[in-house]
Formats: sequence, C-alpha cells, structure tokens
Amino acid sequence: MAMLNVENINVYYGAIHAVKDVSFTVEEGEIITLIGANGAGKSTILKTISGLLHSHTGSITFQGENIGGIPAHKLIPKGLAQVPEGRAVFLQMSVEENLQMGGYTRPAAEIPGSLERVYAQFPRLKERRRQVAGTLSGGEQQMLAMGRALMSKPKLLMLDEPSMGLAPILVDQIFDIIKELHRAGTTILLVEQNAQMALSVADRGYVLETGRVVTTGTGAALLQDESVKKAYLGG
Amino acid sequence: MSFLNNLITGISLGSVYAIIALGYTMVYGIAKMLNFAHGDIIMVGAYVIFFATGSFGLNPIVGILLAVVVCTVLGVVIEGLAYKPLRQASSLAVLITAIGVSYFLQNAALLLWGADPKVFTSVIPEGSLPIEGVNITYVSLVTVLVCIIIMLALTWFTSKTKLGKAMRACSENKDAARLMGINVNRTISMTFAIGSALAAIASALLFSSYKNLIPTSGSLPGIKAFTAAVFGGIGSIPGAMLGGILLGIIETFAKVINTNISDAVVFAVLIIVLLVKPAGLLGKTIREKV
Repeated sequence: MAMLNVENINVYYGAIHAVKDVSFTVEEGEIITLIGANGAGKSTILKTISGLLHSHTGSITFQGENIGGIPAHKLIPKGLAQVPEGRAVFLQMSVEENLQMGGYTRPAAEIPGSLERVYAQFPRLKERRRQVAGTLSGGEQQMLAMGRALMSKPKLLMLDEPSMGLAPILVDQIFDIIKELHRAGTTILLVEQNAQMALSVADRGYVLETGRVVTTGTGAALLQDESVKKAYLGG
Repeated sequence: MSFLNNLITGISLGSVYAIIALGYTMVYGIAKMLNFAHGDIIMVGAYVIFFATGSFGLNPIVGILLAVVVCTVLGVVIEGLAYKPLRQASSLAVLITAIGVSYFLQNAALLLWGADPKVFTSVIPEGSLPIEGVNITYVSLVTVLVCIIIMLALTWFTSKTKLGKAMRACSENKDAARLMGINVNRTISMTFAIGSALAAIASALLFSSYKNLIPTSGSLPGIKAFTAAVFGGIGSIPGAMLGGILLGIIETFAKVINTNISDAVVFAVLIIVLLVKPAGLLGKTIREKV
C-alpha cells in the first residue's frame, strides 16, 4: 500500500480551477517530485494534502487513513509535514523559537533531543539560535524552514520550491540535505520549478500543466523525455 | 506641585488606557481586526462589579474575579458567534459586525440595567498616600502597579510560554502556524479571552476613579484606548503600554487647560501620529510580500 495516495482531486481558488483530476502515489522511502511551470497547480496540491485547502472530489489517503477534509493542524501529529513555499519562517521569532514551533505537537520532554538532532544537521542554525529569523539569509531561512518541519518527526516531508530564490551553490546544498534526509529514511514529496535538480534526485516524477498531470515516469526517464526536455530543461 | 499631581493623574488614567489598549492590540495582532466592542466589555465588567459589591454585598476582590469570568466568557462567545464565521470575509464586514456587537451590548445593558446612572463604589480604599505636597491617591497607585504587573506578565507570557509563542506565530503567518500543528481558531479564542479578562480588570480601575456608570460608559474609554493602541503602534504590546500612558498624560494636561477640548486634543494626537508615522510610535512597517 502506498504511503500517500492522491486520487482524482479537484481544487478551486475562488473561481479558478487550479487542480484538475490529479492522481498520484508516493511509496514509503521514495522521493517523488511534481514539476511544472509557475501556475501549474503544484503548490495547490501540496496545500491540499497538508489540509490548508480542500478538494471537492476524490480522496487523499495517508498511511491507509482518509485525510481529506482534516484541517492542517490535526495532520501534523500523523506524520505529515510541509515546508511552505517562500519558507514562511516566523521572521520576528528567534531561530530556536521557530524550531520549537515545529515541535509544537510533540511532548515537551522530546523537544531538546530533537533540537540537538536538527542542530547537528544544520550547524549554521545552532550558531544563530538566538538570532531573529528575519535577519537570516535566504539559504539559512530555507534551512530553518526545513529544520522546523523536521522537528515534528515527519514520516512524509513535503517541500514546496526549496530552491526558490537561492544562489546555485545553496541550491546544491539544499539538495544534498534532501538526499541525506532521504537516506535517513524520510519519504519526500518535492515540488520544484528547477526540474533538472528535482528529477536528478527523484525516484519518480509527475509533470503538471495547468492543473493536470500530463506525463509521469522515473526521474531518469523524465530527464531524457523529449517533451520534458523541451519544456522544462532548456533543451 | 500641581504639575506633579497632574502628571500622576495622567499616568494613572493612561495606565487604564494601556490595559484596555492591550486588548485591542493583541486581538488586532492575531485576528487582524478591530474589536470595537472591546470598550463595551469594560462596561459589562463594571456592571458586574457594581451589582456584585453593591446589591449582593460581595467583597470587591470577589466582584472583580466575577467580572473577569463574565467578561472572558463574553469575549470568547462574541468571537465564536460574531467574528469566527467571518474569518474569510472582507475586513469591512468584520468591522461593521464589531460596531454592531458594540451597539448590541450597549442596548442589552440599557434593557437589563436601565439608563439611570449607577454610582460605582471604588474597589480600592479612598484616600491618598501620606506624602506632603503631592496627592497620590490609593486608586492611582494601585492602577499604575496593576498596569506594570500586567505588562510584565504579558511579556513573560508571550516570550516564554508555549501558548504565548503560538500566538506570536499565528499573528505572523496563520498558514505557517497551522503547518506547525497550531489550532489557529483556538489560539484566536484564547487571545479574546485574555483581552476580555484585561478589560474586566480595567473596568474596576477605571470606574474606581470615574464613578458614573451608564450603558455607554465603556464606549469613549474604549475608543480612546484604541487611539492609544494606534498611537503606540497597533499589534505591539509595548506600543499599547506607551501609547496608553502618553495619551493619559496628554488628556490630563489638556483638561487642565480646558476641559471641553481634552477629547479633541486626544483625537488630534491620533490624526497627527497617523500623518507623521502611520505605523505608530513602536509599530513595525510591514513589508508586503510580493
């Protein structure tokens, strides 16, 4: 049974039909990527899975449980975490307070241990633990957003455009961390405009166009796919 | 010496405004709405204390505790019934609803308790500190002390406790807060509860100095405290304190010059601050996300 099974969802933003009959699966231990241009509906899909938005049709099953319609704050304890688009760290709170918020639903006794694990993964955050998040660079904020999501010990980590607005060297760093998290056993659903990077780390990918899945395949196969190359890989 | 006496009166009045302004500013910070019924919660609190201590002869402390309970419940119920259904609505709809709730409370009070002014009995013993030349009443002293305690307690609460941090997270970014597992609706309710409890405390202090109680008694102090919150920077807790105290001092000195113009001066201050520094004295200029 797939860890996450999205079946035939339709999501509207007001009058805009942003996601049309989308279905896909994420198996335990996989990295799955959803790629596509701006406005293809990628972020909307993630927000629907995490419970910020709701689908009018179909179903979303996570670890065998139908989670469609459950509000976001009740999904976190089930092992679902999302790193939102644009990072959305709490700019006026310190790095450590941001991380504490990530562990909001966990028992207080487990927080120090999780903090240490996140600091081991992101030493930069430890150096800046007392600093207000608004003073961090873009790359550091991305690390903070990822560390914050990891504080909830997610089984499935969803990342929305982690490379957005980052210098190429930082993009490499962020993707190294994604690979590391994956090796450590976290299942990952990655939404990216940087299709090259995303497909090179992904087990499988889904290509979205104006709210629909148009192509699917392994990461390696999609990298070689002529239409994908033409549309997203600059060749 | 009259300068010093006026300053003390001003700081004391300003402390009451500050406590009321905290309710406005905390609710604005998290729910991004102006709860114009906040002043009327004060009026309800004052009636509860009036009847508890006057008609039922209860100890003033018990009366205040009762008012805290009633106002807290009232604040949470108002939020749940009137504002929560409008979470996705335009801010104008919420504003009009808040004004409607304000009129509802005033008229309900009129119906229940009549239009005759009630004379509030001070919950704090009358009299002044035995200091030669300066007139510091016990009411002023207690008011300022309570204000300081509330300020320290709220600072501790928002910086150290889990719920306080969750409130700050919600006021910055609600969707991100939801993704942390924070129940945003419940956090907003808690904020209304705290603001309303503070309103009950403010009512005890305010009407211990200004004793006439009628159903519209909460309205003007409410609006002035709102002015104080904007003056200090709406959404900012230290801003509400600073704005409240400055406004109390300005109003008191304006009264010395001419009683009739003191309210005009207070609102002129609001207009000038908004022209010169739209975010208020301690307010942060919010960068719009693009």
